[in-house]
Amino acid sequence: MARVVVDVMLKPEILDPQGQAVQRALPRLGFEGIADVRQGKRFELEVAEPVDEAALARIHEMAETFLANTVIEDFVIKVEESK
Amino acid sequence: MTARIGVVTFPGTLDDQDSLRAVRIAGAEPVSLWHRDKDLKQVDAVVLAGGFSYGDYLRAGAISRFSPVMETIIEQAKAGLPVLGICNGFQILTESHLLPGAMLRNNHLHFICRDQKLRVETADTAWTADYSAGQEISVPLKNIDGRYVADERTLDELEAEGRVAFRYLDGNPNGSLRDIAGVTNAAGNVVGLMPHPEHAVEPLIGTGRTDGLGFFTSILKKLVSAS
Repeated sequence: MARVVVDVMLKPEILDPQGQAVQRALPRLGFEGIADVRQGKRFELEVAEPVDEAALARIHEMAETFLANTVIEDFVIKVEESK
Repeated sequence: MTARIGVVTFPGTLDDQDSLRAVRIAGAEPVSLWHRDKDLKQVDAVVLAGGFSYGDYLRAGAISRFSPVMETIIEQAKAGLPVLGICNGFQILTESHLLPGAMLRNNHLHFICRDQKLRVETADTAWTADYSAGQEISVPLKNIDGRYVADERTLDELEAEGRVAFRYLDGNPNGSLRDIAGVTNAAGNVVGLMPHPEHAVEPLIGTGRTDGLGFFTSILKKLVSAS
Protein backbone atom coordinates (compact mmCIF):
# COMPACT_ATOMS: atom_id res chain seq x y z
CA MET A 1 0.00 0.00 0.00
CA ALA A 2 1.13 3.48 -0.75
CA ARG A 3 -0.36 6.82 0.05
CA VAL A 4 -0.50 9.39 -2.70
CA VAL A 5 -1.44 12.92 -1.73
CA VAL A 6 -2.99 15.32 -4.20
CA ASP A 7 -2.98 18.94 -3.02
CA VAL A 8 -5.36 21.22 -4.90
CA MET A 9 -5.06 25.00 -4.61
CA LEU A 10 -6.87 27.86 -6.31
CA LYS A 11 -4.58 29.50 -8.86
CA PRO A 12 -2.77 32.52 -7.42
CA GLU A 13 -4.75 34.99 -9.52
CA ILE A 14 -8.14 33.66 -8.33
CA LEU A 15 -9.74 35.50 -5.41
CA ASP A 16 -10.04 33.20 -2.38
CA PRO A 17 -12.67 34.73 -0.05
CA GLN A 18 -12.60 31.71 2.27
CA GLY A 19 -8.87 32.13 2.83
CA GLN A 20 -9.39 35.86 3.37
CA ALA A 21 -12.11 35.25 5.94
CA VAL A 22 -9.75 32.98 7.87
CA GLN A 23 -6.93 35.52 7.62
CA ARG A 24 -9.15 38.32 8.95
CA ALA A 25 -10.19 36.18 11.90
CA LEU A 26 -6.61 35.49 13.00
CA PRO A 27 -5.82 38.82 14.73
CA ARG A 28 -9.12 38.59 16.63
CA LEU A 29 -7.91 35.27 17.99
CA GLY A 30 -4.54 36.72 18.96
CA PHE A 31 -2.54 35.29 16.06
CA GLU A 32 -0.63 38.22 14.61
CA GLY A 33 1.66 38.54 11.64
CA ILE A 34 -0.10 36.35 9.08
CA ALA A 35 -0.15 38.44 5.90
CA ASP A 36 -2.21 36.10 3.74
CA VAL A 37 -4.11 32.80 3.90
CA ARG A 38 -5.23 30.65 1.01
CA GLN A 39 -7.40 27.62 1.53
CA GLY A 40 -7.03 24.46 -0.53
CA LYS A 41 -8.05 20.82 -0.62
CA ARG A 42 -6.00 17.74 0.18
CA PHE A 43 -6.89 14.30 -1.15
CA GLU A 44 -5.21 11.26 0.39
CA LEU A 45 -5.37 8.28 -1.92
CA GLU A 46 -4.59 4.84 -0.51
CA VAL A 47 -3.33 2.93 -3.50
CA ALA A 48 -3.43 -0.86 -3.38
CA GLU A 49 -1.09 -1.45 -6.31
CA PRO A 50 2.54 -0.39 -6.41
CA VAL A 51 2.83 3.24 -7.44
CA ASP A 52 4.89 2.88 -10.57
CA GLU A 53 5.08 5.28 -13.47
CA ALA A 54 1.87 3.98 -15.05
CA ALA A 55 -0.06 4.33 -11.78
CA LEU A 56 1.23 7.85 -11.30
CA ALA A 57 0.16 8.72 -14.83
CA ARG A 58 -3.35 7.46 -14.02
CA ILE A 59 -3.44 9.50 -10.83
CA HIS A 60 -2.26 12.54 -12.75
CA GLU A 61 -5.12 12.04 -15.19
CA MET A 62 -7.57 11.64 -12.29
CA ALA A 63 -6.37 14.87 -10.69
CA GLU A 64 -6.51 16.75 -13.96
CA THR A 65 -9.99 15.63 -15.02
CA PHE A 66 -11.78 15.30 -11.68
CA LEU A 67 -10.04 16.24 -8.42
CA ALA A 68 -9.01 19.67 -9.71
CA ASN A 69 -10.70 22.01 -12.14
CA THR A 70 -7.68 23.28 -14.03
CA VAL A 71 -9.56 26.37 -15.17
CA ILE A 72 -9.28 27.70 -11.62
CA GLU A 73 -7.04 25.29 -9.68
CA ASP A 74 -3.48 23.93 -9.66
CA PHE A 75 -2.54 20.57 -8.19
CA VAL A 76 0.57 18.84 -6.85
CA ILE A 77 0.96 15.07 -6.50
CA LYS A 78 3.22 13.51 -3.84
CA VAL A 79 3.87 9.87 -3.03
CA GLU A 80 4.02 9.88 0.78
CA GLU A 81 4.89 6.38 1.86
CA SER A 82 5.21 2.92 0.44
CA LYS A 83 5.72 -0.45 2.01
CA MET B 1 -46.15 18.29 -33.32
CA THR B 2 -45.27 19.77 -29.96
CA ALA B 3 -41.62 20.12 -29.07
CA ARG B 4 -40.39 17.78 -26.33
CA ILE B 5 -38.15 19.46 -23.77
CA GLY B 6 -36.31 17.29 -21.24
CA VAL B 7 -35.41 18.31 -17.69
CA VAL B 8 -32.67 16.30 -15.95
CA THR B 9 -32.94 15.26 -12.31
CA PHE B 10 -29.68 14.48 -10.53
CA PRO B 11 -29.57 13.51 -6.84
CA GLY B 12 -29.89 16.91 -5.18
CA THR B 13 -31.61 18.73 -8.04
CA LEU B 14 -34.27 21.09 -6.61
CA ASP B 15 -35.76 23.01 -9.48
CA ASP B 16 -36.69 20.23 -11.88
CA GLN B 17 -40.42 20.53 -11.12
CA ASP B 18 -40.44 24.30 -11.65
CA SER B 19 -38.51 23.81 -14.89
CA LEU B 20 -40.97 21.16 -16.11
CA ARG B 21 -43.82 23.52 -15.27
CA ALA B 22 -42.15 26.40 -17.12
CA VAL B 23 -41.80 24.16 -20.19
CA ARG B 24 -45.50 23.25 -19.98
CA ILE B 25 -46.65 26.85 -19.48
CA ALA B 26 -44.62 27.88 -22.54
CA GLY B 27 -46.58 25.29 -24.54
CA ALA B 28 -44.05 22.50 -24.98
CA GLU B 29 -44.20 18.91 -23.76
CA PRO B 30 -42.13 18.44 -20.58
CA VAL B 31 -40.14 15.20 -20.32
CA SER B 32 -38.41 14.06 -17.11
CA LEU B 33 -34.90 12.71 -17.61
CA TRP B 34 -33.00 10.69 -14.99
CA HIS B 35 -29.26 11.19 -14.46
CA ARG B 36 -28.45 7.47 -14.68
CA ASP B 37 -30.09 7.00 -18.07
CA LYS B 38 -28.05 7.63 -21.18
CA ASP B 39 -31.28 7.83 -23.15
CA LEU B 40 -32.65 11.31 -23.81
CA LYS B 41 -36.09 9.99 -24.82
CA GLN B 42 -35.92 11.78 -28.16
CA VAL B 43 -36.26 15.25 -26.65
CA ASP B 44 -35.62 18.29 -28.83
CA ALA B 45 -33.88 20.29 -26.10
CA VAL B 46 -32.62 19.82 -22.54
CA VAL B 47 -32.76 21.92 -19.37
CA LEU B 48 -30.25 21.25 -16.59
CA ALA B 49 -32.16 22.54 -13.59
CA GLY B 50 -30.91 24.24 -10.44
CA GLY B 51 -30.18 22.68 -7.08
CA PHE B 52 -27.25 21.03 -5.35
CA SER B 53 -26.48 17.93 -7.38
CA TYR B 54 -24.37 15.52 -5.32
CA GLY B 55 -24.49 18.09 -2.52
CA ASP B 56 -21.95 20.23 -4.42
CA TYR B 57 -19.31 17.86 -3.00
CA LEU B 58 -15.85 18.31 -4.56
CA ARG B 59 -17.05 21.35 -6.60
CA ALA B 60 -20.52 22.42 -7.71
CA GLY B 61 -21.44 20.33 -10.75
CA ALA B 62 -18.18 18.36 -10.81
CA ILE B 63 -19.61 14.93 -9.98
CA SER B 64 -22.78 15.28 -12.09
CA ARG B 65 -20.67 16.09 -15.10
CA PHE B 66 -19.61 12.41 -15.21
CA SER B 67 -23.11 10.94 -14.94
CA PRO B 68 -24.39 8.73 -17.81
CA VAL B 69 -26.96 11.29 -18.98
CA MET B 70 -24.24 13.92 -19.35
CA GLU B 71 -22.22 11.66 -21.67
CA THR B 72 -25.09 11.80 -24.14
CA ILE B 73 -25.86 15.46 -23.52
CA ILE B 74 -22.22 16.53 -24.03
CA GLU B 75 -22.03 14.58 -27.27
CA GLN B 76 -25.35 15.89 -28.61
CA ALA B 77 -24.79 19.47 -27.43
CA LYS B 78 -21.63 19.54 -29.52
CA ALA B 79 -23.80 18.41 -32.45
CA GLY B 80 -26.31 21.23 -31.89
CA LEU B 81 -28.83 20.01 -29.27
CA PRO B 82 -30.12 23.09 -27.41
CA VAL B 83 -29.15 22.92 -23.71
CA LEU B 84 -30.02 25.47 -21.01
CA GLY B 85 -28.19 25.27 -17.69
CA ILE B 86 -29.70 27.19 -14.81
CA CYS B 87 -27.64 27.78 -11.64
CA ASN B 88 -26.35 24.30 -10.75
CA GLY B 89 -27.02 23.43 -14.40
CA PHE B 90 -24.70 26.28 -15.44
CA GLN B 91 -22.07 24.91 -13.06
CA ILE B 92 -22.44 21.47 -14.68
CA LEU B 93 -22.01 23.03 -18.14
CA THR B 94 -18.75 24.76 -17.17
CA GLU B 95 -17.46 21.58 -15.50
CA SER B 96 -18.34 19.75 -18.74
CA HIS B 97 -16.40 22.37 -20.74
CA LEU B 98 -19.48 22.96 -22.89
CA LEU B 99 -19.20 26.55 -21.64
CA PRO B 100 -15.93 28.32 -20.76
CA GLY B 101 -14.93 29.50 -17.30
CA ALA B 102 -15.75 28.19 -13.84
CA MET B 103 -17.99 29.00 -10.90
CA LEU B 104 -16.71 29.80 -7.43
CA ARG B 105 -18.01 30.62 -3.96
CA ASN B 106 -19.58 34.13 -3.81
CA ASN B 107 -16.97 36.73 -2.90
CA HIS B 108 -18.83 37.62 0.34
CA LEU B 109 -19.41 33.92 1.21
CA HIS B 110 -23.15 34.43 1.83
CA PHE B 111 -26.02 32.59 0.23
CA ILE B 112 -28.08 35.14 -1.69
CA CYS B 113 -31.79 34.92 -2.45
CA ARG B 114 -33.41 37.93 -4.08
CA ASP B 115 -34.96 39.31 -7.23
CA GLN B 116 -32.17 40.13 -9.62
CA LYS B 117 -32.21 42.56 -12.49
CA LEU B 118 -30.40 41.37 -15.61
CA ARG B 119 -29.64 42.77 -19.01
CA VAL B 120 -30.09 40.36 -21.90
CA GLU B 121 -26.92 41.02 -23.89
CA THR B 122 -27.71 38.85 -26.88
CA ALA B 123 -30.90 37.57 -28.48
CA ASP B 124 -28.86 35.39 -30.84
CA THR B 125 -29.15 32.16 -28.86
CA ALA B 126 -31.62 29.32 -28.95
CA TRP B 127 -32.90 30.36 -25.51
CA THR B 128 -33.06 34.16 -25.83
CA ALA B 129 -34.59 34.82 -29.25
CA ASP B 130 -37.82 36.13 -27.71
CA TYR B 131 -35.90 38.88 -25.91
CA SER B 132 -34.14 41.77 -27.54
CA ALA B 133 -30.51 42.70 -26.95
CA GLY B 134 -30.34 45.28 -24.18
CA GLN B 135 -33.67 44.27 -22.66
CA GLU B 136 -33.82 44.37 -18.86
CA ILE B 137 -35.54 41.56 -17.00
CA SER B 138 -35.97 40.62 -13.36
CA VAL B 139 -35.82 37.00 -12.17
CA PRO B 140 -35.00 35.35 -8.83
CA LEU B 141 -31.39 34.61 -7.89
CA LYS B 142 -30.47 32.07 -5.20
CA ASN B 143 -27.01 30.59 -4.81
CA ILE B 144 -23.76 30.56 -2.91
CA ASP B 145 -21.47 29.46 -5.76
CA GLY B 146 -22.32 32.11 -8.32
CA ARG B 147 -19.02 33.90 -8.95
CA TYR B 148 -18.22 33.42 -12.62
CA VAL B 149 -14.51 33.49 -13.42
CA ALA B 150 -12.39 32.90 -16.51
CA ASP B 151 -8.95 34.12 -17.54
CA GLU B 152 -8.62 37.54 -19.19
CA ARG B 153 -8.14 36.07 -22.66
CA THR B 154 -11.32 34.01 -22.42
CA LEU B 155 -13.28 37.00 -21.08
CA ASP B 156 -12.05 39.22 -23.92
CA GLU B 157 -12.96 36.51 -26.41
CA LEU B 158 -16.46 36.16 -24.95
CA GLU B 159 -17.00 39.92 -25.12
CA ALA B 160 -15.65 40.18 -28.68
CA GLU B 161 -17.81 37.32 -29.93
CA GLY B 162 -20.95 38.58 -28.20
CA ARG B 163 -21.10 35.50 -25.98
CA VAL B 164 -21.75 37.25 -22.68
CA ALA B 165 -25.46 36.43 -22.70
CA PHE B 166 -26.56 38.18 -19.47
CA ARG B 167 -25.08 40.75 -17.14
CA TYR B 168 -26.11 41.69 -13.60
CA LEU B 169 -27.65 45.13 -13.19
CA ASP B 170 -28.06 47.20 -10.02
CA GLY B 171 -25.21 45.54 -8.19
CA ASN B 172 -23.12 42.45 -8.70
CA PRO B 173 -24.45 39.81 -6.26
CA ASN B 174 -21.39 37.55 -6.09
CA GLY B 175 -18.20 39.12 -7.45
CA SER B 176 -18.69 37.60 -10.88
CA LEU B 177 -16.05 38.94 -13.29
CA ARG B 178 -17.30 41.73 -15.58
CA ASP B 179 -20.76 41.34 -13.98
CA ILE B 180 -21.36 38.22 -16.06
CA ALA B 181 -24.56 36.36 -15.15
CA GLY B 182 -24.65 33.99 -18.10
CA VAL B 183 -22.76 32.96 -21.23
CA THR B 184 -23.40 31.05 -24.43
CA ASN B 185 -21.25 28.77 -26.57
CA ALA B 186 -20.16 29.91 -30.02
CA ALA B 187 -23.03 28.13 -31.78
CA GLY B 188 -25.65 29.66 -29.46
CA ASN B 189 -27.32 26.35 -28.62
CA VAL B 190 -25.79 26.00 -25.14
CA VAL B 191 -26.64 28.73 -22.64
CA GLY B 192 -25.93 28.93 -18.91
CA LEU B 193 -26.97 31.49 -16.31
CA MET B 194 -27.01 31.73 -12.53
CA PRO B 195 -30.42 33.38 -11.89
CA HIS B 196 -33.64 31.38 -12.26
CA PRO B 197 -35.99 32.23 -15.12
CA GLU B 198 -38.07 29.12 -14.36
CA HIS B 199 -39.20 30.77 -11.11
CA ALA B 200 -40.65 33.76 -12.98
CA VAL B 201 -43.15 32.31 -15.41
CA GLU B 202 -46.42 32.87 -13.53
CA PRO B 203 -47.69 36.21 -12.23
CA LEU B 204 -48.82 34.73 -8.89
CA ILE B 205 -45.42 33.50 -7.71
CA GLY B 206 -41.82 34.59 -7.54
CA THR B 207 -41.19 38.14 -8.66
CA GLY B 208 -44.83 38.58 -9.65
CA ARG B 209 -43.57 39.03 -13.16
CA THR B 210 -43.22 36.56 -15.99
CA ASP B 211 -39.86 37.81 -17.25
CA GLY B 212 -38.43 34.28 -17.31
CA LEU B 213 -40.99 32.82 -19.66
CA GLY B 214 -39.12 34.12 -22.72
CA PHE B 215 -36.43 31.44 -22.29
CA PHE B 216 -38.97 28.69 -22.76
CA THR B 217 -40.97 30.36 -25.52
CA SER B 218 -37.70 31.17 -27.37
CA ILE B 219 -36.67 27.54 -27.55
CA LEU B 220 -40.16 26.44 -28.44
CA LYS B 221 -40.33 28.85 -31.37
CA LYS B 222 -36.90 27.80 -32.56
CA LEU B 223 -37.82 24.12 -32.47
CA VAL B 224 -41.17 24.62 -34.16
CA SER B 225 -39.65 26.72 -36.93
CA ALA B 226 -36.86 24.15 -37.39
CA SER B 227 -39.23 21.22 -37.88
